[in-house]
Amino acid sequence: MDLSSISPTLLVASIMVSATPILLAAIGEMVVEKSGVLNLGVEGMMITGAVVGFAVAVETGSPSMGFVVAALASALLSIVFGVLTQLLLSNQVATGLGLTLAGLGLSALIGKPYEGMRSPTLPRIDIPGLSDIPFFGRVLFGHDPMVYFGLGLVLAVWAFLKFTRAGLILRATGESHDSAHALGYKVVRIRLAAIFFGGACAGLGGAYLSLVRVPQWTEGMTAGAGWIALAIVVFASWRAGRVLIGAYLFGGVTVLQLNLQAAGVQVPVALLSASPYLVTILVLVIISARGQHGAPASLGRPFHASN
Amino acid sequence: MYRRTLLASAAALAMAAPAYAQDEPVTAGFIYVGPVGDGGWTYEHDQARLAVEEHFGDQVETIYQENVPEGADAERAITQMALSGADIIFTTSFGYMDPTIAVAEKFPDVKFEHATGYKTAENVAIYSSRFYEGRAVLGTIAGAMTETNQVGYIGSFPIPEVIRGINSAYIHAKKVNPDVEFNVVWAYTWFDPAKEADAARALIENGNDVILQHTDSTAPHSAAEEAGDVVTFGQASDMSEYAPFPRVSSIIDNWAPYYIDRVQAVIDGTWESTDTWGGIDSGMVGIGEITDAVPEEVRAQATEVMESIESGEYHPFTGPLNKQDGSVWLEEGETASDEDLLGMDFYVEGMTGEIPN
Amino acid sequence: MIRLERRPEPSKLWTAVTPVLAVLLTMVVGGILFAFLGADPVGAIRTIFWDPLFNPQFAGFTRPQLLVKAGPLILIAIGLSIGFRAGIWNIGAEGQYIMGAICGAGAGLAFYPSESVLIFPLMIVAGALGGWAWAMIPAVLKTRFGTNEILVSLMLVYVAENILASVSSGLLRNPEGRGFPGSRNLRQWDAAANLELIPDTGMHWGVVFAFIAVIGAYVLLTRHIQGFNIRLTGEAPRAARFSGVIPARIILLCLGISGALAGLAGFFEVSGPAGQISIDFNSGYGFTAIIVAFLGRLHPVGILLAGLLMALTYIGGELAQLMLNLPGASIQLFQGMLLFFLLATDVFTNFRIRIGTGETA
Repeated sequence: MDLSSISPTLLVASIMVSATPILLAAIGEMVVEKSGVLNLGVEGMMITGAVVGFAVAVETGSPSMGFVVAALASALLSIVFGVLTQLLLSNQVATGLGLTLAGLGLSALIGKPYEGMRSPTLPRIDIPGLSDIPFFGRVLFGHDPMVYFGLGLVLAVWAFLKFTRAGLILRATGESHDSAHALGYKVVRIRLAAIFFGGACAGLGGAYLSLVRVPQWTEGMTAGAGWIALAIVVFASWRAGRVLIGAYLFGGVTVLQLNLQAAGVQVPVALLSASPYLVTILVLVIISARGQHGAPASLGRPFHASN
Repeated sequence: MYRRTLLASAAALAMAAPAYAQDEPVTAGFIYVGPVGDGGWTYEHDQARLAVEEHFGDQVETIYQENVPEGADAERAITQMALSGADIIFTTSFGYMDPTIAVAEKFPDVKFEHATGYKTAENVAIYSSRFYEGRAVLGTIAGAMTETNQVGYIGSFPIPEVIRGINSAYIHAKKVNPDVEFNVVWAYTWFDPAKEADAARALIENGNDVILQHTDSTAPHSAAEEAGDVVTFGQASDMSEYAPFPRVSSIIDNWAPYYIDRVQAVIDGTWESTDTWGGIDSGMVGIGEITDAVPEEVRAQATEVMESIESGEYHPFTGPLNKQDGSVWLEEGETASDEDLLGMDFYVEGMTGEIPN
Repeated sequence: MIRLERRPEPSKLWTAVTPVLAVLLTMVVGGILFAFLGADPVGAIRTIFWDPLFNPQFAGFTRPQLLVKAGPLILIAIGLSIGFRAGIWNIGAEGQYIMGAICGAGAGLAFYPSESVLIFPLMIVAGALGGWAWAMIPAVLKTRFGTNEILVSLMLVYVAENILASVSSGLLRNPEGRGFPGSRNLRQWDAAANLELIPDTGMHWGVVFAFIAVIGAYVLLTRHIQGFNIRLTGEAPRAARFSGVIPARIILLCLGISGALAGLAGFFEVSGPAGQISIDFNSGYGFTAIIVAFLGRLHPVGILLAGLLMALTYIGGELAQLMLNLPGASIQLFQGMLLFFLLATDVFTNFRIRIGTGETA
């Protein structure tokens, strides 16, 4: 066994890139769940973002444009979910699954003409001087803008939920929509906004896959990343900081596993791939055994004002 | 819809009569495991389907179904294709083996062709390609191009087909560069762009400056391009959009000659169940253009290997060759039997690492 | 201003009308989609809904196939619906399905190549137990620690998928399979094969069990005290507690039933239509069954019909691909639309639509 060929710098940098799509999707879904809505359609929204972002980047030649339109498109799709669950009071689990089904189908149809094409991708930001600092230079300053955007978003969501009045209202809605309603807050509107935000984030995550991480468009290319994002939210017990840790853990396991193999180490691949999920279950058990309400109390429950 | 129903009954009539040469158009069906736009395995089968259409014109009609999961759904898809009036059906993935055999029993008049399997029947032929011949050429280039003497190899699953490719590439890399080492990463997928990109990055970061892949997406090429100085090879399809660098050559699945041949046999009424394992000489294994990024003498070396295999004077597995544990596999001058190759579950001497099971 | 007003009880009329309405809406919008893709919309809809049943060329084969495809969906959905009625959300049926298949196949293969008549019953029991045990994990965690069962059961799907990948290239790999991942083909081993009971009907043991499950669930929910308790727990948890229902027992019962049925479905699939354990043996039945359960209004008979309808769109969709060259993705989108319309029209069942300002809530 010779691990010397694995460079910790590059490993960490790699993990940051491979975690970014699930980080973006997970932080969005966390906000959705904080408002008391469980949207299982993350996979569908991510892949829609992936194809739309790619198509727009190819057509306009601008990856930034791709990201913007991808966010809008996925947010629009998430509004279908929002209307169904919030206005027509459909079951959230079933609607979310339907969203995934529809998103996978829709993306494959949109993507047909773009298969095998190449798109412009985001360049790495290289700050002369800073990027050359050993270890920290490459890890902290050698990425493309979206990696920083993802980190910034986590910080922003954390601050929003903790310090702002709007964040407080959002959390209150998720804990008890009836009380929030009694206090005069527009529960449905707040949740629709959260769903919209979650959709946009999932779209960005998808677009990051097709525009930076892979980068190309192929049918079904998210390959379960949306489901992993859902797992991360649970793992993080609905806290922004832990979403970051969760994303790096989930994204990191695959990268680490492949790196160990590349260094010539025999690894139990199945066990390693399953481990983040087992850890998530363990975390869930610990939270609930402590008697804390990890999950927002109204999560997944429909709200109707006339009750 | 009605047109096809009519055609189908016409075809049924034609087959009922002991006609040796068919006048009605022949319908050739294709069952694909992935989407036709995967850019690799399924894409090449579909290219060959289009080649069949072009070659025969009005004489042949083709139908296909993509994204057919292996297992229960495959049997239904193949049956429905047979019912819709196909005269010959190509099932293009290993996992279709048992379903193909099962459906073939029910449709004795329809010809079936199963790719990469090992079970045949009266009306089931099998076909595959000797990809290891192509890998010998790529291995030669890889061995010569590496400066770090570390060649990365992205494997899909540890099955004989993939192990053969690794061994063949390694043997020929070592011939031109005795110091070369191969580092194999198993991705446990045939097609997952994100994971393939990660695998390529992991290899690159561990000092490999040449990447060979036995997975089907172009993602490793993007990763190599990003790294700047890493050499890659196209897999299944030419992947020429990454030429001349990082992609310096490729191994291409070219099913067209075989498909045209077999459909012709159905038209002529001469179709028989066969076991085809075609190599470079049959045109089924193609080597994509070796670009200018490869030095002249290396190109000449690679071309020489290719030509000697094509002419039949050289077999990529020619002794003396030992297994990884040092035991003798092939004596001086002895060549590997097809049986040995089909069941290959060991590395040759010099390879590091173990094959997971 | 449009307002929704909750009905005191779900409307019987709308319960029956909405599925039809949803299917009709899907046909219209789906037709537009198909026209947009360059196909004849009427022909496409006909191919999907009519041809699998009545096309002389295909129907002889596809009609029985409807049962084969619907069987596992119904079996899983029945189990899920019982839990859903009690407000227990098992969304990890896919994992229980996988574990049932692995345990069932594994228990049999341990005795290969015995031809004992006991093998098949043993495998059935092992399959049901495998699914049951996998569902007991979220059940016990919920009763013991109050852990959310939606999330635990979902996480366990991924764990099961990894176990599946591991055993199909390791423990259960066919020693005569030339190194390819995948187990022996159970259909070629008489003692373990789950073949058609009557030729060309599609009826295999899994379908039989699905019908038994429909009847059993109907009896349980309408005639049995536990069924009453289950419904009470879902509709009025407090009232249930006051009347002496122990929630933990209901949780164990509901997750146990749904896990065992999903495990059975997995086993019958692996020993019948699929034939072998392989890396991508699971094809999403566990998730699709959730959709089927809702399509069927969580009612046993409704689920039976919904399962058949879902199977029809699958097989019809395949025919549409084959005959009309419609892309497979459009069928997926079509199914998603069907579900959306059903969920959307469902609002009429539980609510009255009031137009005008009226009093504000």
